[in-house]
Amino acid sequence: MTNVIYLDNNATTAVAPEVRQAMMPFLTELYGNPSSIHTFGGQVGAHVEEARAKLARLLGAHPSEILFTSCGTESDNAAIRSALASQPERHHLVTTRVEHPAVKNLCTYLAQPGPGKPKYRLTELGVDAQGRLDVGAFEAALDDDTAIASVMWANNETGTIFPIEKLGALCRARGILFHTDAVQAVGKVPINVAELPIDLLSLSGHKLHAPKGIGALYIRRGTRFSPLVIGGHQENSRRGGTEAVPLIVALGEAADLARKNMGEENTRVRALRDRIEKGLMATCPDARLNGDPAARLPNTSNISFEYVEGESILLMLDQFGICASSGSACTTGSLEPSHVLRAMGVPYTAAHGSIRFSFSVYNTDAEVDKVLEVLPPIIRRLREISPFGRQKAVQSER
Amino acid sequence: MWDYTEKVKDHFLNPRNVGEIARPDLDATVGNITCGDALRLMVKLDGAKRIAEAKFQTFGCASAIASSDALIEIIKGKTLDEAARITNDDIAAYLGGLPEAKMHCSVMGMEALQKAIAQYRKEPFALETEGKIVCRCFGVTDTLIEKVVREQNLHSVEEVTHFTKAGGGCHGCHPEIEAILARVHGTAAAPPSEPKPRPAAMTNLQRINLIQQVLESEIRPMLQQDGGDVELVDVEGKLVHVAFRGHCAWCPVSDVTLKGAVEAKLRELVDPEIAVQDVGEKLA
Repeated sequence: MTNVIYLDNNATTAVAPEVRQAMMPFLTELYGNPSSIHTFGGQVGAHVEEARAKLARLLGAHPSEILFTSCGTESDNAAIRSALASQPERHHLVTTRVEHPAVKNLCTYLAQPGPGKPKYRLTELGVDAQGRLDVGAFEAALDDDTAIASVMWANNETGTIFPIEKLGALCRARGILFHTDAVQAVGKVPINVAELPIDLLSLSGHKLHAPKGIGALYIRRGTRFSPLVIGGHQENSRRGGTEAVPLIVALGEAADLARKNMGEENTRVRALRDRIEKGLMATCPDARLNGDPAARLPNTSNISFEYVEGESILLMLDQFGICASSGSACTTGSLEPSHVLRAMGVPYTAAHGSIRFSFSVYNTDAEVDKVLEVLPPIIRRLREISPFGRQKAVQSER
Repeated sequence: MWDYTEKVKDHFLNPRNVGEIARPDLDATVGNITCGDALRLMVKLDGAKRIAEAKFQTFGCASAIASSDALIEIIKGKTLDEAARITNDDIAAYLGGLPEAKMHCSVMGMEALQKAIAQYRKEPFALETEGKIVCRCFGVTDTLIEKVVREQNLHSVEEVTHFTKAGGGCHGCHPEIEAILARVHGTAAAPPSEPKPRPAAMTNLQRINLIQQVLESEIRPMLQQDGGDVELVDVEGKLVHVAFRGHCAWCPVSDVTLKGAVEAKLRELVDPEIAVQDVGEKLA
């Protein structure tokens, strides 16, 4: 597909050319197994460790604290299951209603009674209309039976950033493990785990311009860890399976790039997001912003357009090669609209018409211009077709 | 995500029949904005009571908009009786097919038409007035579910969800949907899985016979595969004396086999109170 305007970077990102290049030797001549005794294999191990060090640098961690996994979902599963397995006397989980399904559905599953399943209790904290967590409610939810509290660093749909430092400190004070799904935050906002009370942190390669199929889990030194994937002695026996060498090298390179691009992400990319948001809110009546405009990722904008439905907006944008996503029921894969927007109390009427734009360093001003040119007429067109909002006048084109 | 036909895309991007009619003869709305799907159908009849003009307004996805447009293309020029026989299959067929999870959009089209006709004829609209709401998330009645189950020959809750949305929200109505399916297809609900029925009070002779049978058909072949064997020595009430042979006789973990394989199998297939003892000469 030519002339794609890709504004769905929270869904996945393009593999950076530098990352692809860094991977290539490991897809061609350097195919050895790092655990092998011969030089041919063993030499590859050094590259794995180099990638580990690069990722550690991005996070402010020590390389020994980095565990490579297959994806963010595996990291989330590993963190939470490890907390439960290594603390068999504790049966309480604390999390939020706006987590990614990798955390939310896992916790729901663990709390469901079943034959042969240990019985776990789940506290799912709500958020306010801006998607913010009540820190007091979080503190009140922690008890001596809590095995782990898991709160995402930044929400994938709205970009809302949570007060991770405060939440982590509350857990630290009570001796409770704190995990954060930082899949959307890594590479977009600076993270320094050396100075934060975080025990476990998940990240995903394909949100960082690395390929799909690679993730990592940060495990603070001294944290007891019970492996999820049991097999050989790879990753210091914490995660069995021959190392995904090309993908690990890719992630290391992507981590270096993320450090270099962090400034641009928070200036030029932020400006692109701000401009598209301002433009759309000005030209489209009955549009509302979803999320906390003060504390959020620099690249994400989630806007609801009333009286029209998300999938139809996306398919019309698709005609212009514009890629975005929506929280509407038709696009979630279930028949309910986004659980995040519902948890925020966004009325169904607005949730169905929500559109998320998420930028990267590869996006340009010209792309923003194009969206500002074609989206308002799309909304107008769909409002002409819709039976709702008829009495409201449609604002004329700027 | 959705594999739409070219016709669906065409009727979505270039619908022919969007609009309003000034003084329509038929005017009905189904669905609502909370549901994520709504369709308003307006029809003008000519002197001969045929559908002369029809317009729609839809809030919904590409399938919903395309289904609405297709519906109108189908009904133009028909009498009300002819139009009343239109099913959602006709709409889906006109579009060259819809993804299964989007079939409910075509059902919505059919519903709007039937509601409009019922209102014009001053008859109650059965799908809304009869029956009780089964799915509270999407306001779907048992009448509609049953109608679609029969017409579309649906057999699973998932299929019902695809065609009506019922059960697609909180899932709380799944048992009721299953009951409707069972009623329509004339099958009773499957009984909860029971453990294998055990014979009631057995005589000693019956028990010994059964033990021998189980040893011959189930247990011995299993042990023989590993070079071992077991022999029945005696049965005292529910206490079974056996002697291990072959490799089992000198195997250090034969008591695991005794309990885990021999005793377990006998308890499962003969009597849960059976206990097994190894009275063979221990060579290990």
